[in-house]
Amino acid sequence: MTTATTTKGLAGGNGSMLLTLMKLRTFIALFAVIAFFAIFAPNFLSAANLILMSKHVALNAFLAMGMTFVIITGGIDLSVGSIVGLCGMVAGGLILNGIDLQFGYTIYFNVFEVCLITLFVGVLIGAINGLLITKLNVAPFIATLGTLYVARGFALLSSDGQTFPNLVGKPELSTTGFGFLGSGRLLGLPVSIWILVVVALAAAYVARYTPIGRQIFAVGGNERAARMSGIRVDRVKMFVYMFSGLCAAIVGVVISSELMASHPATGNSFELNAIAAAVLGGTSMSGGRGTIGGTIIGAFVIGILSDGLVMMGVSSFWQMVIKGIVIIVAVVVDQAQRRLQQQVALKQLAARE
Amino acid sequence: MAGMDEGDVVLRLEDVTKVYSGIVAVKHANLALRRGAVNVLVGENGAGKSTLMRMIAGVERPSLGRILLEGQEVEFNSPADAQKHGIGMVFQELNLFGNLSVAENIFATREIVRGIRGIDHRAQVEKANAFLAKLDAGIDAESMVDDLPIGQQQLVEIAKAISLDTRILILDEPTSALSAAEVDILFKVIGELKAQGVAIVYISHRLEELMRIGDYITVLRDGQITGHAMVCDIDTRWIVRSMIGSDAKDFAKSISHKLGGEVFRAEDICLPRKTGGLAVDHLSISVRAGEVLGIYGLMGAGRSEFFECVMGRHVNSTGRIYIDGEEIGSRDTSTRIKRGLALIPEDRQREGLVQVLSIAANLTLASLERFTRFGFHIRDEREQGAIAQAIRDLAIKAPNPDFDITSMSGGNQQKVVIGKALMTNPKVLLMDEPSRGIDIGAKADVFRTMRRLAGEGLAILFSTSDLEEVMALSDRIAVMSNGKVTRIIDREEASEEIIVKAASVGHRSRETAS
Repeated sequence: MTTATTTKGLAGGNGSMLLTLMKLRTFIALFAVIAFFAIFAPNFLSAANLILMSKHVALNAFLAMGMTFVIITGGIDLSVGSIVGLCGMVAGGLILNGIDLQFGYTIYFNVFEVCLITLFVGVLIGAINGLLITKLNVAPFIATLGTLYVARGFALLSSDGQTFPNLVGKPELSTTGFGFLGSGRLLGLPVSIWILVVVALAAAYVARYTPIGRQIFAVGGNERAARMSGIRVDRVKMFVYMFSGLCAAIVGVVISSELMASHPATGNSFELNAIAAAVLGGTSMSGGRGTIGGTIIGAFVIGILSDGLVMMGVSSFWQMVIKGIVIIVAVVVDQAQRRLQQQVALKQLAARE
Repeated sequence: MAGMDEGDVVLRLEDVTKVYSGIVAVKHANLALRRGAVNVLVGENGAGKSTLMRMIAGVERPSLGRILLEGQEVEFNSPADAQKHGIGMVFQELNLFGNLSVAENIFATREIVRGIRGIDHRAQVEKANAFLAKLDAGIDAESMVDDLPIGQQQLVEIAKAISLDTRILILDEPTSALSAAEVDILFKVIGELKAQGVAIVYISHRLEELMRIGDYITVLRDGQITGHAMVCDIDTRWIVRSMIGSDAKDFAKSISHKLGGEVFRAEDICLPRKTGGLAVDHLSISVRAGEVLGIYGLMGAGRSEFFECVMGRHVNSTGRIYIDGEEIGSRDTSTRIKRGLALIPEDRQREGLVQVLSIAANLTLASLERFTRFGFHIRDEREQGAIAQAIRDLAIKAPNPDFDITSMSGGNQQKVVIGKALMTNPKVLLMDEPSRGIDIGAKADVFRTMRRLAGEGLAILFSTSDLEEVMALSDRIAVMSNGKVTRIIDREEASEEIIVKAASVGHRSRETAS
């Protein structure tokens, strides 16, 4: 998956050994955590556990992919956690209560329609973020901080803070079968994993093989030059925030489906995990650099780390400390790699002339 | 000459040379600065004036040669070091903190403190106001620098330099943003400083200014001092001759071809300046297919701003633009590119390149749609083909197009920016200072490319502040000054003197313009 990068590697094959090791650091980290827990955590490598972990990781991976595109353009999306919560409530509310048309009638949608509407809500909130940032020139941090509160507020308002329980649906309204997304299986793997694979391949394809993908990198690398090259910067930004909203909506639907219930506080602080996964996977917070493959691996490292520590019985307080250290180390190594890479490139330039 | 050298010399440069990564900016220069006099330095862009001054101000260190201050050899390791020796400099680009007040700027790094009680703001404001009053600028020391118009910011910079109580004061193009009234005040202050025995170094392109204020004049060309005289002994003709020299360099203009019909026309382009007045002032111009129109002008003449208006960069610009006789209504840059306009921006790093992308990705950035299937899938082989062709056509020295763009020299980066623009298949190519900051070999390549493209029927507008360049490359020359075209002449009829004169016309008429 890491081959799906748009900023192609520079130093070519003749970089030093150290550089190659540093470039593969996310892989190495992944194997290190897997090897560590395989030895120290009982049952870690059992199929049941691996699948369970993948399901946990998938949720963060969706958000992290959306976040990666946003960060590559030089922005940030803090609202994804709240979008997860709100979209879960939208899905739950539609299945349980439908839409009340006031004068005695209530519309119910089938599960497929419910999912589509929910995804649309996620994209819509993303579009609002995008409009605030492009048309009203609000800084991404502030705009999405605002929608973070607004979306969470609406999620809580939708049920007065209560949970929508027991989303089994009624056969006569064809609202049954919502649980398939969260607990169904295809070819032995959970449905949510399949969705992740599809979305990840699509995102990697967009990054590598489409004009909009290239433009995402260009906008993050040098917005003025992108504008002068005729790139419609506002459109690119709208796209990344809407995609991020879509990813968050998927997570909202999947979580509600897994639990067969929607709780308005779901997704609290998910945005931080998503940012951590993206950064761990080599996405640069200053924009212009990042890969979908790297982000997925980053999400796995974080997910496996926390699940493995739980299995080893490490206190959750220590888990937070360890997670924080891993993120900081990752960024420090990233900086070191970039410096080394520049040195190698300079040497090559000097050798040529 | 012997009589001249007996002036009261405060600082002397002896056989000074400065080399930057392969380029010699100053060659064996000898210069003497005299106390109580205005020492004028003149030369074309890139002649080495600023480098020379930066060495005196401690920003750069000479590669060879020595600096004598009052007969003693000195070495400046930093601007602060030079300041301690009484040398102050006002740089061409303003070095002010926009988010701080005028007083805070003037006393930056040498704040007036009262021990543990911190900065004495009231004393700073009082002292700053005293300096500003000298400049008669009506600036309040407590106002934010960002809130001042550019001209007043420049005065703040000058006030700051004066407040240093220097014995040598270097002014690098201090009047480029000043109105005529402000210039008069500045000259009055310079006169006072002179009377106090301060040695002033004055750099400017405006010849009439130099004649008015200068005492001694030194002319630089290609890093060498080519003329030295007392201002009272010479005239502007002498300056131009020393600046340009007689040995005109050989440029690519040789193959002539037939010009086509009019391709591009701009009518009545106006762009208001943020600080009042017009940066581009009712400008109209037209270019024919296959024609190279050179736009000559000094810094701040409005050339870049005009190009930016044409590309639709400024929301509040007005005027009309026609391509092939058809008006382009949309203001949007990407529509204008689609209609056949392309710009090579002046500032390559900030507006031309995306540094994190590879050479290849930079080349195709503006024309990705050309390589797609179904409108979204980029076809690798088609893109690679176009990249290989551009590298060949423009003689880009890129061992591997997948390398980072930053791994190339400035000249090759410029060729990539040109290649990117050409991939959009433009009808009109706007080039803003296309030869800026690139080495001689790359320059020749760029000029050859320009002539070749013109031969293929492209209309080219390029701006430059290099006289030789504009004379050698253009079919027609438009001279800009203060946002206006002051003269349009065919190359056959043009002479350096006419151009230099037309380029400084606006300065006098600025009062009426604003």
